[in-house]
Amino acid sequence: MAAAPTPLLDVELVRRDFPILERIIHGQPLAYLDSASTAQKPQQMLAAVTRFYSTSNANVHRGVYTLGVESTDAFEGARDAVARLLNARSRREVIFTRNTTEAINLVAKTYGLQHCGPGDIIVSTVLEHHANIVPWQVLAQATGATLRFLDCDDAGVLQLDALDGIAREGNVRIVAVTHQSNTLGVRPPLAQLVAWAHAQDAIVLLDAAQTVPNRPVDVQALGVDFLAFSGHKTLGPTGIGALWGREELLAGLEPFLTGGEMIRSVRLERTAWNTLPWKFEAGTPAFAEAVGLHAAIDYLEGVGLTAIDAHEQAITEYALARLQEVPKLRIIGPTSADLRGGVVSFVLDDVHPHDIAEILDRHAVCVRAGHHCTQPLIERLGLPATVRASFYLYTTTDEIDRLIVGLLDVRRIMGV
Amino acid sequence: MDELYRENLMDHYQHPRHHGELPDADAEAEGQNPLCGDHVVVQVRLTDGTIGEMRFTGQGCAVSQAATSMLTELVQGLTVEEAAALPSSAILDELAIPLSPMRVKCAVLGLGTLKLALHRSVGTPLPAEWGDTDEIVWG
Repeated sequence: MAAAPTPLLDVELVRRDFPILERIIHGQPLAYLDSASTAQKPQQMLAAVTRFYSTSNANVHRGVYTLGVESTDAFEGARDAVARLLNARSRREVIFTRNTTEAINLVAKTYGLQHCGPGDIIVSTVLEHHANIVPWQVLAQATGATLRFLDCDDAGVLQLDALDGIAREGNVRIVAVTHQSNTLGVRPPLAQLVAWAHAQDAIVLLDAAQTVPNRPVDVQALGVDFLAFSGHKTLGPTGIGALWGREELLAGLEPFLTGGEMIRSVRLERTAWNTLPWKFEAGTPAFAEAVGLHAAIDYLEGVGLTAIDAHEQAITEYALARLQEVPKLRIIGPTSADLRGGVVSFVLDDVHPHDIAEILDRHAVCVRAGHHCTQPLIERLGLPATVRASFYLYTTTDEIDRLIVGLLDVRRIMGV
Repeated sequence: MDELYRENLMDHYQHPRHHGELPDADAEAEGQNPLCGDHVVVQVRLTDGTIGEMRFTGQGCAVSQAATSMLTELVQGLTVEEAAALPSSAILDELAIPLSPMRVKCAVLGLGTLKLALHRSVGTPLPAEWGDTDEIVWG
């Protein structure tokens, strides 16, 4: 099989920036195939965080002294970087959160509570991560709104034929959808969903946790209203993520959490809220992590998100082809790489995915086994669990080959 | 990996003992480990305050299913009090393989489900570390 990487991205050069990739586990070099869970970190990001703590650490938005000015500049610089990355119209549209989950909760507990009532409809899909299901269940319960889920077919392709019926049931207020399934890698037909939602006067929240890390994502071109992503999947630290929202929507919302930072003035009897974006950032923010995220974004833009996307596409094609060589292995989801991103779920005969992951670990191949925080999808597909291998800018065809060797060992040990 | 997926474990996994439904069960409970999809249903027939027979059905990883199979032999003839007090180490010793904390949950799923069945049927106490939960769902 021909080596797949695109000349746009020198994967060996990239790998030198990731110290963890030098680790030896059970006597073999690490083959990390779980980037859909969390990405490994480049030394440039790690150095930026260490440098910040070593030279400029001070709380933000308060210090009159030099360090406080530097830290505030660094934190707000990170916001500019996120705004640029997403092609936001304004930096005021970028709110730092802990992660994608918190960003979605922010929308559910502000926009959702203000705009949903009995008889209203919230639409989500069976493809979603629990983070894009549970907040809407809670919102529906709190407001009397109805939550409807779009189904997928057996290959995980989202079905839109229920939309007309849903539109007749009541006022659709929110459509919450993933940009790419974290379990199957399939991408829903977003443009159609956005057009339908806006025709209903509904807003669209996009869970972009699986796409912001690896391809150009332009909020204006996508036409969505809110977008959430996590820093830790984007080569950045844990504990930082972002919500992007259209400014005219954010401006009309009450705060999410309350306390310091999000205020303009506090009297004992009443408080005036801060302006955007700080109105939604209560308490000391994760400013050092934001600095790390900024460095991660610089790194991604340096390599080039178009090149990363092409590399992932090539690796995914290679993996799909090689996995189909393994007897009794069934790929879940489309087997054509152009319908999906760098995530492949599969099952191997009736061997439990946990057993597969455990045996692969002895080969230093890290994959995830389980429901991947998408229990409704796994149930819809009639499976107890899957094994998931996911790829990123540092993934090599050699690592895919080692996955295949490990899977053949699984067959030998488990006798299938 | 052969130290983990050794012969005894694979034998119990591929040829589980006391597997299937027990029509005249006196105690029954269901346990699951939603993280990995392990699932067992444990049924027990009691004979004069002892475990006359334990049977199970379910699906899951080799560790969870083999451990439950081993458990059916381990508890045969024990009093319900003895079974309810059986420490996790009893089944871990029986498995005799190195297990990560994640996999220990798989290994003790059957034992926890048995304790729940006995608790519901004859009122034996649940392990103190369960707190106030009375269902087997490890997340």
